Amino acid sequence: MTATVTTDPGTGKQARGTTRGSGGARRGIPRIPDRIRRGGLPYLLLLPAVLLELLIHLIPMVVGIVMSFRQLTQFFIGNWGAAPWTGLENYEIAVDFDAPIGEALLHSFFVTCVFTFFAVGLAWLFGVTAAIMLQESFRGRGFLRTLFLVPYALPVYAAVITWAFMFQRDNGLVNHVLHDQLGITDQPSFWLIGDNSIYALIVVSVWKGWPFAFLMLMAALQNIPRELYEAAAIDGAGVWQQIRRITMPSLRPVNQVLVLVLFLWTFNDFNTPYVLFGKAAPAGADLISIHIYQSSFVTWNFGTGSAMSVLLLLFLLVVTAVYLFLTSRGRKGSHA
Amino acid sequence: MRHLRAAAAITLAVSVVAGVTACGGGTSSDGGSNESPKTLTYWASNQGPSIEADKKILTPELKKFEKETGIKVKLEVVPWADLLNRILAATTSGQGPDVLNIGNTWSASLQSTGALLPWDDENFEAIGGRDRFIDSAVASAGKEGEPPAAVPLYSLSYALYYNKKMFADAGITAPPATWDQLVEDGRKLSKDGKWALGAEGSNLSNNIHQTFVLGQQHGADFFDEQGKADFTSDGAVAAVKQYVDFMAKDRIIAPGNAEYAQNQSLTDFAKGRTAMVLWQAAATTFAAQGMKPEDWGVAPVPVPAGAPGAGKQTNSMVAGINMAVFRNTRNIDGAKKFVKFMTSDAEQKILCKTYGSIPPVKAAQSDPAFAAPELKVLRDTLATSAAPLPQVPNESQFETAVGTAVKELFADAAAGSPVTTESVKARLEKAQQTMQS
Repeated sequence: MTATVTTDPGTGKQARGTTRGSGGARRGIPRIPDRIRRGGLPYLLLLPAVLLELLIHLIPMVVGIVMSFRQLTQFFIGNWGAAPWTGLENYEIAVDFDAPIGEALLHSFFVTCVFTFFAVGLAWLFGVTAAIMLQESFRGRGFLRTLFLVPYALPVYAAVITWAFMFQRDNGLVNHVLHDQLGITDQPSFWLIGDNSIYALIVVSVWKGWPFAFLMLMAALQNIPRELYEAAAIDGAGVWQQIRRITMPSLRPVNQVLVLVLFLWTFNDFNTPYVLFGKAAPAGADLISIHIYQSSFVTWNFGTGSAMSVLLLLFLLVVTAVYLFLTSRGRKGSHA
Repeated sequence: MRHLRAAAAITLAVSVVAGVTACGGGTSSDGGSNESPKTLTYWASNQGPSIEADKKILTPELKKFEKETGIKVKLEVVPWADLLNRILAATTSGQGPDVLNIGNTWSASLQSTGALLPWDDENFEAIGGRDRFIDSAVASAGKEGEPPAAVPLYSLSYALYYNKKMFADAGITAPPATWDQLVEDGRKLSKDGKWALGAEGSNLSNNIHQTFVLGQQHGADFFDEQGKADFTSDGAVAAVKQYVDFMAKDRIIAPGNAEYAQNQSLTDFAKGRTAMVLWQAAATTFAAQGMKPEDWGVAPVPVPAGAPGAGKQTNSMVAGINMAVFRNTRNIDGAKKFVKFMTSDAEQKILCKTYGSIPPVKAAQSDPAFAAPELKVLRDTLATSAAPLPQVPNESQFETAVGTAVKELFADAAAGSPVTTESVKARLEKAQQTMQS
C-alpha cells in the first residue's frame, strides 16, 4: 500500500531522472513537463482510495496493535485508557505452545492451513475447469455463466445458513441423499460437530469461493488470441497440450493475483465457520479467525485476542511478500 | 507497469489482511445526563416465540408509558445470539441504549465492566425500593456485597415438561422425581424412533445450566471461595458425566441432539418425538408449535433422592432476565422511570403472564394467573430449590469454556466414542486451563 504514496513530490532532479514518483497535487504550477504530469495522474486518482484505506483499515489496525500490548479485559473495556500495559505478555501467552492457550492456537493454525490448501486448491480447480469448458460458444452458455455466479452473488449469511440446514444430521438434505437414498453410509453422519466438520467447511468454502475464480479466469481467457490455438491445432497439438502450453502460461499473471486473494480470503474467513458452527467450532474445524474471536469476544480478553490477530497479520504479510517475490521473479525469468 | 501492479497487489493484500485486526475504539464518560429527556432507547431480549411477537407484546405497553410520561421509547428486540456482543460493543464504544435487558447470569461479568448503572439504595428508592423484589432474584443481579448491576424483570426456573400421552402409552403413571426413575422411565420411552429426553448439546449456555444444577447436587460449585475456577473437582466431573451419560450410557437422548442449539429439542417435544425436556417456561413455545396445553404436564426437575430443596437438593438455577440502565444514558431520570414502569405491579402481571414467567416483584405474584400448574412448579422451585449461577466476573468465560467441553463430550457420545471419567476430566481440565483471570 505504501508503495503508491511514499514517493516525495517531484523535485526537479527526480523529474529529470525518472518518470515515476511525482506528486499529484501540483497541477496548478506551470511548466511541469508533460511526462511528470502524466506520471502523477495515477497517484492523484488513487489518493482518495488511499486516504479512505488509511482511515478505515490502517487506523483500526494500529489500535488493534496497541491493544495487543495491554491487558484489555472486561474490567477495562469501558475505559481503554486505564488498561495496564503488559509489554509482550499477551504475545508470550499466545506463542507458549506448551501451555493450553498457545497449543490451541497452534492447532487452530494447522487446521486453517489444511483447510486453506484444500479450499483454495479446489476453488481454483473448479474455476479454471469451468472457465475453459465455457470458453467455446454453445447454446445455453450465457445461462450457465450466470448460474455459476449465483453463489458469489448470494448474501453469505443466508447461503451458509442454508448449508447449515442441509448438513443437519437428522433432517438435512446431505444425509438424506448420502444415507437414505444412496445408502453410502451405514448411519447418518454428523457434519456440524465432530471430525467431519472440516469436510463441511471445505465444501461450503469451495462452493462460495469458486465462482470468483471462475469469473476472473473467464475474463482472462478472453484475452488469449484465438490464433494461438489455431496455430497449435495446425501443428497437431491436442486439447491437453493446448491447455498446458497456451492456456496455462497465458493465465499466469491472473492466477498469481487470484490465488493470493483466494488464499487471504479463505485463511481469514470468519463468516462461514461462524454461521455453520456458532461460537464454539469443533476442534477439527477450529479456524484461526473463529479461534481468535473466541479468545477475545467470547472470553472478553481483547488483549490476548489482539496479540493473536497481530501474529496472524504478520504471518499473512510474510506469506504475501514471499509469494509476490517468488512469483514475480519467476515471471521475469519466463519473460527473459 | 509491473511495479505498479505489484504495488496494487500489495495494497489489496494488506487491506484484506487488515480485516481481521480491525476493531473499533472508544471511551466512556462517567454517569448519565438528562440531555434528551423525551426519548429512550430500549434493547429488549427475545422472550416470546419470535422477535415480531415480542414487538407486538411490548409496543402497547411502551405506548402506555409514553402516555403517562411523554417519553417515547424506541424498541429494539435483540436475539439472544447477538445480545451479549451488542452489549460489549456498546460498552466499548460508549454508544449504547439507555435501558436494556440482560441475562441474569451475565450480571457480575457486566458489572465488572462498569458500564451499567449500579442500583444502590438511592436508585432502588426511585423505583419503589429493594424490598419489592424477591431476594433470590436480586442476588442474581450482581456480585454479593456490591450494589446490583441490574433490576430483576422476569424470573424463571427449570422444570420437567413431559408428554402425557407418551407417558401413558409406556405405562408410566407419574413423572419421575429422581434421576434413577428418569433413566428407568427413559428406557421404556426410548424406542421405535422416539426418545425419552431432549437436549441442546451444542448450546453452550444450556449445557451450563444443566450441569451447574447437577454440580450442586454433587456438591460442586465450579468456583472456589476466592472466585477461582474449579472445574475438575470430583463433583464437577461426576455432574458433567451424568448429563452426557444420558446420551452415552443410558441412551435416552437421541444422538442427533448433540448438534442442537436452536431449540430444536422443543420442536421435537412438540411434535411428539421426545417425551421430556428440561426447560424454563416453555408453554408459549409449545403453543406456538401447535401443541395443546392439555397434552403436556409439568413437574419439578428430578433430584438424586427425596424432595427438592436447598444445597444438594437444588434442582434449578435462578434463571431470569434483569433490566439494566446504561451508565452513559442521556436520559437518566427517564430511564429510571421506565424501569419503575416495567417493574410496577400492573406491568409485571401483564408481561409475566404473557411470557409465562414469574414476576420477581412480590406483590405481583399474588395474581391468580401465577397459581396455574406450570407456573406454580416454577414458582415453588424458585422459592425453595433454585440457586444462582456463580456471580463472578468471569462467569461468561466459564459458560464458554465448560459449555464447549460439554458440547465436545456430546459430540463424542453421539459418534459412539466412549465417555469416561478420565475423558470428562481431561476436557474439563483443558477448559480450566484456558481460563485467564
